[in-house]
Amino acid sequence: MNRIEKTFAQLRRRREPALVPFIVAGDPTLEQTESLVLELEARGADLVELGVPFSDPAADGPANQRALERGLRAGASVDKILALVARLRSRSQIALVLFGYFNPVLRYGCARFCADAGRAGVDGLLIVDLPPEEAGELRRPARACGLDLIHLLAPTTPAARAARIVRMARGFLYYVSVAGVTGVRDKLPSELEPRVAALRRLTDLPIGVGFGISTPAQAAAVASFADAAVVGSAFSLLIERHGASAEALEAVGALAGQMKAAMRQARAGGPRQAQPPDDL
Amino acid sequence: MPRACPERSRRVPDSRGWFGAYGGRYVAETLMPALYELEQSYKQARRDPAFSAQLARYAADYVGRPTPLYFARNLTQRLGGAKIYLKREDLCHTGAHKVNNTLGQALLAVRMKKSRLTAETGAGQHGVAAATMAALFGLKCEIFMGRLDVERQALNVLRMKLLGARVNPVESGSKTLKDALNEALRDWIATVRDTYYLIGTVAGPHPYPLIVRDFQSVIGREARRQVLRRERRLPDFLVACVNGGSNAIGLFYPFLKDAAVKMVGVEAAGKGLDGPAHAATLVAGSVGVLHGNRTYLLQDEFGQIRETHSIAAGLDYPGVGPEHSYLKDIGRVQYTAVTDEQALKAVALLAETEGIISALESAHAVAYAAALAPSLGSERVIIVNLSGRGDKDMQTIAAHAGLTLDGAEPAAERATAG
Repeated sequence: MNRIEKTFAQLRRRREPALVPFIVAGDPTLEQTESLVLELEARGADLVELGVPFSDPAADGPANQRALERGLRAGASVDKILALVARLRSRSQIALVLFGYFNPVLRYGCARFCADAGRAGVDGLLIVDLPPEEAGELRRPARACGLDLIHLLAPTTPAARAARIVRMARGFLYYVSVAGVTGVRDKLPSELEPRVAALRRLTDLPIGVGFGISTPAQAAAVASFADAAVVGSAFSLLIERHGASAEALEAVGALAGQMKAAMRQARAGGPRQAQPPDDL
Repeated sequence: MPRACPERSRRVPDSRGWFGAYGGRYVAETLMPALYELEQSYKQARRDPAFSAQLARYAADYVGRPTPLYFARNLTQRLGGAKIYLKREDLCHTGAHKVNNTLGQALLAVRMKKSRLTAETGAGQHGVAAATMAALFGLKCEIFMGRLDVERQALNVLRMKLLGARVNPVESGSKTLKDALNEALRDWIATVRDTYYLIGTVAGPHPYPLIVRDFQSVIGREARRQVLRRERRLPDFLVACVNGGSNAIGLFYPFLKDAAVKMVGVEAAGKGLDGPAHAATLVAGSVGVLHGNRTYLLQDEFGQIRETHSIAAGLDYPGVGPEHSYLKDIGRVQYTAVTDEQALKAVALLAETEGIISALESAHAVAYAAALAPSLGSERVIIVNLSGRGDKDMQTIAAHAGLTLDGAEPAAERATAG
């Protein structure tokens, strides 16, 4: 059982939702990323997504674009990020997923990347521009190295396609809350809850929701019907404001703590039922 | 008389969008259903005689097709070798071949009942061609253009605005075409239900490389017919500039089965291939994934996309259409590169000998042909794709020659020139 599976199994037993922060590796320095992961874990994060910088992040909104640029400037290449994960593993067993674009992985070599990532202590991979149709060359080595290849589902994904994706999914499912790029949004779409409910009928895998969740209230709303809330841009903006300072750790940690508390509270009410729509 | 096999019998791309080891669909899940929808709609449109008739009618009456295949007698005599023909895409409405594609895709957008076009542009030629079609068919039009290109190509920005498009300067990354493409994709992800993404070249995720190739192939179909009528034989060489590669594919594709026809794609060598200031993706790049397809790219050892340079703003994209990557690997097309200096000289040469001011992009093909022609006998035939006209480049050319737009030579320049 890898760390992702173990984490969600434990949370499910405790009827607790997972908080999944996303931060960009190397934003603003690799050392700070190490401290941020430990701080996030201490404040209630259950799994951390580490963004792998790419020069052309076409699925990211402005906040994460700037974070990825800061990571690039800090020299956060794949080999340095894997070294960072290896260092973290001597101090933390939190589940870690690398989140990024395909080209840096391809350049490193899919097989070599999976072998080195597995050895370093990475648990899962989420490659945003690698749909299931093209994922074969990464799926095989990932499986061989014990890495979960996490798949995305979107509001535009038709039901039949969702069913196919769910069958090849590992770890957890990542449901993209809105048709759009990553970023802070005022409110979550009203059809989110019924769509997650429809997805729930297709799988026993944990379902995480991301894109647009930035406040404790939004995280709590998601926690009432999903297994995990992924929060990215809100953390990227805090890191942008505070840089590599101790205040950054405190600000990021505080937001994570508030989110996790709000999510726990929301879940205490128990999951609600909703009517599934035709499309996911 | 030689005959081409039907284009339909070619095997690439396969049903999943692969040209050998290149192509595919590397996009976010949100866009995947839209790509399938586009593929279905396009398949139906392609089979529909009414769609073909509509396309042909606008191509003739609005774009001005067929464009001439012009025998450049003076240029040929000056060079003393093979006969040089120019395929005059510079005479298309809006000034370049780009309109062949935007016309076809805009008709497809209308057919798909999309109310809004979104497009990226580098030099602004594709943006102008997209904005033109949006005006013609009453669609909203959103253009994304890197901040640096907005500054360099003010004339085209003005044209797009006059045509009713909204021009969004892109501030991210290198602030050029690749970043404009990222931003157009971001816009499309958020608006995919009512928006048609109109890509400007034979790149991007499947089915775009196929669709753009089909709409641009009119260039080669006409040229093939025209040269056979004029010369009673096929040409020995086809020469076209390549960046994304749509004008080159358009010319080459209908000749691919004609084994005796040699083809040369000319990339931008910028300030020279020994340094980083070029955009010669096929000549000097390596394979990767960008903007939805697997193809040759200019990238660093970590897979980050490199910044590029060419004096031709329409040649500085760091990728290339996947079919070109395939044609390079199978050896069907030879790819080479020409520097800024050589392209500038070719603009002057063509202007002097033929009274035609070429776009800097197309001048790369002219420069190669001018070097090739003297090495061939006078019975040989070269067709050069003159993909666009040079009006948009006057400022760049003037700056390079030390001229100002009012035509006066600065005193210092005059002194050194003497």
